[in-house]
Amino acid sequence: MVQILIHILLLVIIPPLFLGIINKTKACFAGRKGMPVLQPYYDLAKLFRKKSVISRTTGWVFQAGPVVTVSCLLFAGLMIPFYRINPSLSFYGDLILFAYLLGLARFFTTAAALETGSSFEGMGSAREVTFACLAEPGMFLGFLALARLTGTLSLSGILTGVSLGAGTLLAPVLLVAAGLFIILLAENCRIPVDDPNTHLELTMIHEVMVLDHSGPMLGLIQYGAALKYFILGSVLVDILLPDSNQFFLIELGLFLGAMGLLSIMTGIVESVMARLPMRRVPNLLVAACLLCGVGFLLIGR
Amino acid sequence: MTEPLLSKEIINCGSIERESIPSLSIDGLSRHLRESVQNGQRVSALFGIPSLEGEGVEIIALLADDAQGRLWISRTHLQDKRFPSLTPGCPQLHLFERELAEDFGLEPEGHPWLKPVRYPQNPLGGELNQKPASIGIQDFYRVEGEEIHEVAVGPVHAGVIEPGHFRFQCFGEEVFHLEISLGYQHRGIEQALVGGPNQKTLHYLETAAGDTTIGHGTAYCHLLEALTDTEPPLRGQVLRSLALELERLANHIGDMGALSGDVGFLPTASYCGRIRGDFLNMTALLCGNRFGRGVNMPGGVRFDLEDDSLKQLIKMVEIGKQDAKVAIELLWESASVMARFEGTGTLAEKTARQLGLVGPAARASGLSRDIRSDHPAGFYRFTHIPLSSWKTGDVFARAYVRWQEIQQSLHFILEQLHNLPKGPVDSKVSQLKPNQLAVSLVEGWRGEICHLALTDEKGHLSRYKVVDPSFHNWPGLAYSLRNQQISDFPVCNKSFNLSYCGFDL
Repeated sequence: MVQILIHILLLVIIPPLFLGIINKTKACFAGRKGMPVLQPYYDLAKLFRKKSVISRTTGWVFQAGPVVTVSCLLFAGLMIPFYRINPSLSFYGDLILFAYLLGLARFFTTAAALETGSSFEGMGSAREVTFACLAEPGMFLGFLALARLTGTLSLSGILTGVSLGAGTLLAPVLLVAAGLFIILLAENCRIPVDDPNTHLELTMIHEVMVLDHSGPMLGLIQYGAALKYFILGSVLVDILLPDSNQFFLIELGLFLGAMGLLSIMTGIVESVMARLPMRRVPNLLVAACLLCGVGFLLIGR
Repeated sequence: MTEPLLSKEIINCGSIERESIPSLSIDGLSRHLRESVQNGQRVSALFGIPSLEGEGVEIIALLADDAQGRLWISRTHLQDKRFPSLTPGCPQLHLFERELAEDFGLEPEGHPWLKPVRYPQNPLGGELNQKPASIGIQDFYRVEGEEIHEVAVGPVHAGVIEPGHFRFQCFGEEVFHLEISLGYQHRGIEQALVGGPNQKTLHYLETAAGDTTIGHGTAYCHLLEALTDTEPPLRGQVLRSLALELERLANHIGDMGALSGDVGFLPTASYCGRIRGDFLNMTALLCGNRFGRGVNMPGGVRFDLEDDSLKQLIKMVEIGKQDAKVAIELLWESASVMARFEGTGTLAEKTARQLGLVGPAARASGLSRDIRSDHPAGFYRFTHIPLSSWKTGDVFARAYVRWQEIQQSLHFILEQLHNLPKGPVDSKVSQLKPNQLAVSLVEGWRGEICHLALTDEKGHLSRYKVVDPSFHNWPGLAYSLRNQQISDFPVCNKSFNLSYCGFDL
């Protein structure tokens, strides 16, 4: 019971922190002082105090978009263990539900964008869906490889079962982790796939779809982005952290530290490389699929 | 060799009697322009003035022969409002003709795409041909078919930039056609200059394009010196060229940062933003204003450089040189940046030549044209800055030409600062000569700035024509986008970095 409470609290409260860490890392690389690490929280607080401006051309889907997206992500987050903190929800085959909850969130984001009738948002939706088509198989292959390794089909079993250390196959886990890292960057619209900071509508993928949202709705979208990064990030952290039977607090510290490190890594990737040309993004995603696929083959041998 | 009957030679920063310009028939002018452009010349300016006889319009054309370093001027007198369009034979005239049609109510017959340019409320020709169209309201070129979609961007943009409307015809992510519609910043500068020069004239021109304050200011001062037969003292000329090169440095370095920002490469973007500021501060050391307002005045420069400031300036340039080198060379070493720059927005040399492009954009397509070496004026007559060019015509070429120019300008500035001649910095300017036409070309950081002035019998300005490099180069941007990814538009646009208000005047 206590664990479930802690799990839910972590899921709800902590995600924006890691976006703050990414921003801070980027600022350090640019030689700037940067915004406070807690700035994402201040931004959310500000947005939720505001009023939303809603375009007259839109209907209920536009308003439902952010709400459904965040609900889907929260629901999906309930199935992910945070290192040794067991998830609140777990059943046989829940990884299918997990993947399609992310899909449903995406569907509502793009549908809401299409409802505005703006040519930019249509373009962004087309890009988002195209790239998701390529990212999804990668994620499935990765999960499949891990499921094979652990012999279970529930996310909590898979993610708590796999850990680096004695007794596990190192190579396939590392390959899958590399593939999942690329998918993490792509799904969260980070460089090299998308640039979360750009103001140029024509180059955006995800950001352009939410141009018409404002106030609390925009707040929900930003919170959703933080959630998504946190959820996919914890999948990666769960795989990579070594097995342990320590005290609860040490394990919690390990998890948060690893998430922090992951965010710093994301920040470093964003700082040292430029975005890919958009026509090359599929190549990168196919590479992610291949990494996970080869991992799968290695385990199946 | 152009026959003397067709045109008269004029030197950069020189003036001739208005009456001495050979007058051709409209067909003669059309043939002359077509043949000269075919022979490698280009049209620097083509503009109208109300005729002295009171009836009709006089059209004046300035041709630049960059290879020979000569300028040629001719004119024609139009009685009729209708005339056969010159554009079909010489594509680089198309904007000039649209401008003529709009300002004087002329009707060039057979013009392929006759539309307003700036939607002026009070055109130069006096009366409006028809009710002024609402700005930006017009028919755009349309591609139709399945999977073709239209994307409209602007005039309000997401960033803090100037207003302009871009209409893309796209096939999926690929751009088939881009049409650019400007005019939102039209202020009527040319109209306001008639009857001058007065106290306001210099300020109007310094604000013609805010990022080219020194370029336009220098062009105006050169023009006034040509009309008064003034030769500024050497120290003044050197300081003026230093200001011009500092402006080039600040803008080029800012552009390098903006280019890397557009592809999401943070290190160069952040550092160049800061280094640009350092160079603006150096300009402030010359005249007290970071953008060079008030550095120029007819007859020389307004402020002398004290010895203390000179030492400080040398130190700042040396530091800036190091910083820029580190920040910019990072670009060429980053594979991810090169993947975005190379092969993006390619403009073939032939297209660039046909459109009459100028400045770094033209040089990046392999054209060798640079006013500083082709038609030198001011201090550039006594020194030589090597021309920087590249063959590929893509975003990389436009960035790399800028980097080469940054190095050349830094070298030039340090050399001049160490050998600054002594003496006064300005001289007195007398009354303007009456009934003259004067030309002044300056290589601003964006390219050729062309100013032309005509004086009346009292020595007042009866017509002042400004051609900003952006006027030549906007069509180049539209062409470079053909068959490109629409997501590459921002980085292409930044690689040209054209002025909206310099175009709109």
